[in-house]
Amino acid sequence: MASKHLLARLRTLTRPAFHYLNPRFLYPNPNSLHEHQTRTYSDAPQPSPAAQALATPPGSSLQSKSSLNEAELKKFAAIAETWWDAEGPFKPLHVMNPTRLAFIRSTLCRHFGKDPNCMRPFEGLKFVDVGCGGGILSEPLARMGATVTGVDAVEKNIKIARLHADLDPVTSSIDYCCTTAEKLVEEQRKFDAVFALEVIEHVADPAEFCKSLSALTNVGGATIISTINRSMRAYATAILLAEYILHWLPMGTHQWSSFLTPEELVLILDRASISVQEMAGFTYNPLTRRWYLSDDISVNFIAYGTKNSE
Amino acid sequence: MLTYPQLLELRITARQVALNFHTFRLARRTLCSDAGVKLPGADSDQQVAHKHGHHSNIPIHDVAIVGGGTVGMALACSLAHMPLTQQLNVAIIDSNPALLRDDCIRKEDPPDPRVSTVTPATIALFKDVGAWKYVEQHRHAYFDKMQVWDYTGFGYTRYNARDINKDILGCVVENKVLHRSLLSCLQNTASQQKIYPSRLSSMTMQSSSSSSPHGSLAKLELSDGNSLYAKLVVGADGSKSRVKELAGINSTGWKYSQNAIICTVEHMEENYCAWQRFLPNGPIALLPIGDNFSNIVWTMTPEESLSRKSMSEVDFVKEIDRALDNGYGPHPKSQLFGGRAAFSWLTGDATVSANEYFEVPPRVTKVASERMVFPLSLNHANSYALKRVALIGDAAHTVHPLAGQGVNMGFGDAFSLSKVIAEGIAVGSDIGEVSLLRRYESERRPANLTMMAILDGFQKAYSVDFGPLNVLRAAAFQGAHYISPLKRQIISYASGEQRFPLFA
Repeated sequence: MASKHLLARLRTLTRPAFHYLNPRFLYPNPNSLHEHQTRTYSDAPQPSPAAQALATPPGSSLQSKSSLNEAELKKFAAIAETWWDAEGPFKPLHVMNPTRLAFIRSTLCRHFGKDPNCMRPFEGLKFVDVGCGGGILSEPLARMGATVTGVDAVEKNIKIARLHADLDPVTSSIDYCCTTAEKLVEEQRKFDAVFALEVIEHVADPAEFCKSLSALTNVGGATIISTINRSMRAYATAILLAEYILHWLPMGTHQWSSFLTPEELVLILDRASISVQEMAGFTYNPLTRRWYLSDDISVNFIAYGTKNSE
Repeated sequence: MLTYPQLLELRITARQVALNFHTFRLARRTLCSDAGVKLPGADSDQQVAHKHGHHSNIPIHDVAIVGGGTVGMALACSLAHMPLTQQLNVAIIDSNPALLRDDCIRKEDPPDPRVSTVTPATIALFKDVGAWKYVEQHRHAYFDKMQVWDYTGFGYTRYNARDINKDILGCVVENKVLHRSLLSCLQNTASQQKIYPSRLSSMTMQSSSSSSPHGSLAKLELSDGNSLYAKLVVGADGSKSRVKELAGINSTGWKYSQNAIICTVEHMEENYCAWQRFLPNGPIALLPIGDNFSNIVWTMTPEESLSRKSMSEVDFVKEIDRALDNGYGPHPKSQLFGGRAAFSWLTGDATVSANEYFEVPPRVTKVASERMVFPLSLNHANSYALKRVALIGDAAHTVHPLAGQGVNMGFGDAFSLSKVIAEGIAVGSDIGEVSLLRRYESERRPANLTMMAILDGFQKAYSVDFGPLNVLRAAAFQGAHYISPLKRQIISYASGEQRFPLFA
């Protein structure tokens, strides 16, 4: 697990690094604002073969909100059943899930002062899973005792998530909703912990997205974000290897240029009043076929931050 | 003739048949209304579930352990012991009345012939869950020495716990003591288990698209008419596992044309050594069981076993004496290859036992129990885990009783599975998820297969009486006796401290 030491290093890195940052995240071009607003970017679903096949090329047109939703629905109708197929297109996510949950459990038990050795440590806490997809994260969180709200912009995802959660009496209490983080903010909803795992690399304006996540978090609450680093190694492994060679992910799942570096993430979260406390990387061991938490944040990483003030 | 409990069961069954008939009618109605193809999650489903309230009367358990023998109870104890799993709602399905009775084992009774040789690794696991202290209240026999030799008189190997700086090599315990101890341990935990004194008659996995409120859980129906739902069904029901059969898991195996006779014997002095001699038709083992008793496990041809089971006690004692002393061939004199000198270049630091001479086992004076005969077979399930199903113990693997490893493999399974369940709970997994259960399988299957291959290899190596092979065997004995690193490896593998031989 990444230490404070690593984080301190990151913080010092972010300061002189301003000019390296992609201005897209920091100074959104007022001319492109319209484009950002018209796209339902924030709760982008997990990509899928069909989703990518049908996806409009980035920036090709100013899609109207409704037409995009319709397209997304069609895309996901084709693969919706595969969300819970542990051998299907979402297999990498299923394999990585226990590892990211281990990070969540240990950081949040510490954060909320809960006993990590009990079956349902998050009893009584309200969590929101932004971009919940089929509910791969929401269900384990509910089993750990949390009162979970799962939101996704794609209605089909919500349907699948609802259907699957109803199969187990413990997860049937999850509140799934087809909406976006922005709308939850408008409704003035607040949560003890806010999750956006493998979502931020698919949104058009990460800085705005982080502001929404922050607005959903109670003061004293926690935010957890995981994504892929914009590094050469990430290009080699997450795109070339995972998509083109091993076919773990459908080709075109990820756009390298829309990845965030840990420095950028720390900075935009900081501007949204969330201070990142801990970060960890995921490393894959091909022999055991399992993911492990490590200090190596050069490809996949997860960050835990706290909100100390509005 | 029906015994009283059977009669009772019959009466219960009759009542259940009536009840079942009623349920069946309700179930048919459910089917009919489902046939109207309604979107799952639609209001009408709730009405259906509500109308047929019997759905909610069926208890839901997290884990259903089918088979409350020693391995199944070990799993229950281990689950009850760990903080992450102690809140699980566990069901134990077994028709063995001992699970409900609180009978105690009297120390004056002679030992039961059904015993297990538990390894230090198993003892450590029992201590972890707090069950070993109950074993120690009953009869048990630690042994710190072991002597293995064969009838040709060419070689022998002596093992001593001090070779690996341990106090013991293992402990022989009656199965009923192990079972009782695990039960006592379970009764003294705060966690909840429900015992169903019945047999499993059917198991259905509803498809995940089913619209029933417990759609993806396994539904178990018992022979007494009760039903339950479980997130995970564990088959701990022995080599003829009903769970394995209902889950459609095939197994690979073969029968040895050998039977084993087991019985308790008495001798003049107390015994602290485990003895094993390879005879032309199979090995005979003499294991200490405490006081002046020992346990015999004697493998032989089926014909021999029948005649030895029926012969008079005096004759049988004579046969044992011949088998353990100087029948079939002379005592090994060792030094065949110059003994130690021949291996001096690779012996390393000499082990304590390398200086020990061959000893003759204590003379048996009396047979203290009935003689029981078991056919021997080897069987290995092709899979240990499916969605919502896991197999442990003899349900997953049956081995040659040589070296008493079978039960230790079973305990290894039970504790490994409980650990994997705890890992799953820690990250909020569904404990019946196959990806989680595969982790248990990948931990235990290679280890069990290795042990099985070794035991089968031993069986094959000793079922042939052929000159050159006999010399090879003798060389192997000599090697095991004098080559210290090899000897230490063998001991720690057989103690369960190492999962694979020679790869520490």
